[in-house]
Amino acid sequence: MSEPKLTRTVIVTNPQGLHARPADLFVRLATRFAAKVEVVKDHERVDGKSILAIMTLAATEGTRLSIEADGPDAQQALDALSALVEQDFAENENSHS
Amino acid sequence: MQKLQGIAVSPGVVIGEAFVMDTEGFRIPRRFVPLAAVEEELQRLERAFAAAADEIGGHRDAVARELGRQYGAIFEAHLQMLRDPQLREEIEQAVRERNYSPEFAVSRTLRRYAKVFQSLESGPMAERAADIFDIEKRLLRHLLGRRREGIAHLTSPALILAHNLTPSETANLNRKFVRGFVTEIGGAGSHTAIVAEALEIPAVVGVGPFLAEVSGGERVIIDGDQGLVILQPDQETLDHYCRVVERHRSDALQLEGLRQLPAETVDGARIQLHGNIEFPHEVEHCLERGADGIGLYRTEFLYLGAATEPDEEAQYQAYAGVLKAMGDKPVVIRTLDLGADKLTAAQADLERNPFLGLRSIRLSLRNLPMFRTQLRAIVRASVLGDVRIMFPLISTVLELRQAKMVLADVMEDLEEHGLPFRRDIKIGMMVEVPSAVILIDHFVEEVDFLSIGTNDLIQYTLAVDRNNNEVAGLYTASDPAVLRLIDTAVKAAGRRQKPINLCGQMSGSPTYTMLLLGMGFRQFSVAPSAIPEIKRICRSLTISQCEAVASRAMTLENARDIKSYLKEELKKVLPERAS
Repeated sequence: MSEPKLTRTVIVTNPQGLHARPADLFVRLATRFAAKVEVVKDHERVDGKSILAIMTLAATEGTRLSIEADGPDAQQALDALSALVEQDFAENENSHS
Repeated sequence: MQKLQGIAVSPGVVIGEAFVMDTEGFRIPRRFVPLAAVEEELQRLERAFAAAADEIGGHRDAVARELGRQYGAIFEAHLQMLRDPQLREEIEQAVRERNYSPEFAVSRTLRRYAKVFQSLESGPMAERAADIFDIEKRLLRHLLGRRREGIAHLTSPALILAHNLTPSETANLNRKFVRGFVTEIGGAGSHTAIVAEALEIPAVVGVGPFLAEVSGGERVIIDGDQGLVILQPDQETLDHYCRVVERHRSDALQLEGLRQLPAETVDGARIQLHGNIEFPHEVEHCLERGADGIGLYRTEFLYLGAATEPDEEAQYQAYAGVLKAMGDKPVVIRTLDLGADKLTAAQADLERNPFLGLRSIRLSLRNLPMFRTQLRAIVRASVLGDVRIMFPLISTVLELRQAKMVLADVMEDLEEHGLPFRRDIKIGMMVEVPSAVILIDHFVEEVDFLSIGTNDLIQYTLAVDRNNNEVAGLYTASDPAVLRLIDTAVKAAGRRQKPINLCGQMSGSPTYTMLLLGMGFRQFSVAPSAIPEIKRICRSLTISQCEAVASRAMTLENARDIKSYLKEELKKVLPERAS
């Protein structure tokens, strides 16, 4: 791939952290993009399209996460995903598959 | 390797294959698939995933329709987990590369995640483990379909690892193949403990959550002496435990030598050692060890093991079998003592406080036809041996009189029908509620014998639920308040020269033998496996020694001091005994 890998750092601000429901929303959004998405917490790096992997990060309120995207629509993916986290996973139900 | 500490409830050491039960009590099998069948198995896996996804989708829609969309969200998350590419990949890899059966692969992979979630500190995340088990259960249900194996269908030796065992599960289990139990919850005196003791197999309970860390088929060690469970043991540990198993075997042989000898103290006091039994086959365990009788025949399992209430004939057959086997030795049959911990969860829910509720003799007196059926069966069997009847959980004098009246009525009835029975059947009661001790002078006039049930007496005296881990530490036979009640009862019985027995777990614990003999007991009823050890102790001491120990122990004011004092004294008498 010629596109460079893009990274953005976000801070989890919703009080419950990245538990099942937000993780579900995150993965649902991530899978809409072709880009490979990874989430990094400290030294742990997991697949951003795997809900179980994301849940194992146990990202609580205040956790700093790096989202990395690699692929043709990496920029769009990053924008959308970081917005989701920053808006406390506000119910975006029209994205329902 | 992982060592887990729980509560030791039935002694012995065993090394064997884990039979892990899911939350519904079904086995998670460890199987391997032949290379040629891998593709087919992967398709089966695919179908199970699809079926599980359909099912969850259905739940989501139904819940969303009824309660609103946000309530369907948890199923949405479950669906997402089921669709997780990483999860699927890991499971498929386990089938393809390690030739695990899809069932085993699903269980192992998901349990690894569950374990991670359980280890997470934050509350809501840790609870996610329950979601994982839910998905596991769903997939297994689709994979196994009707081939799901319950504990009743064991076909090879196994160690049962479960969250908890319900009485009906244990009543129906295939005893031939069960070699040990480990449960996540439960305490000393819990149902699993009693069953394990009856089967004479090692058991550890109250280990805490650990099922996520083990898969069916793995090798596990249960150390019922130390209350340890060892998962994935390393070679060194395995070698060590093989030696322990060997030592146990030779120790048992040595105790075997005591079989023909009486339980007699050095100064000549003859102690009656009786066995507690649950199942008729345990009579053999008692006879093998030279028991002087059956001090407690629990009859609950006749009821729990069957789908319907056992009729008079079925009960008669069971009692008759035990009586014939025991010859002229006494057999004390305790009438139905179904308690909250022995009912299925559904029934227990009906009562807010089942241990203080409708159980035991109260239940019998409320269900007279059932009670009469049991008494008829016992009385009819009386011609076959020295049967004695004991009423459990007596808390008022009136209750005892009522029970005796029902018995008299049953006898009259048999007489009218011209059926033979013994008129002089001895009648006794369990002393296991503090009120029975407080009014012991009244009770002792009404019965032929008494038997102290320490398990319940302790919990009712100290207000401690023995199965609640939060407070289980307070549950101890060494508590001075408990000892004082026991002492009161034994003295009252002595004054009226009524035989008194002690049949709770306390009586089978070597720690208390000196104390109890010193208080005045001359009769114990213990798990059959404990008979040789208690006999050895009785044969190593004098009553005056015991009396000195008892009077000293009764002056101590807390349980810990009492217990360590008793252990020290025991060591003095039997220095070679490995604690």
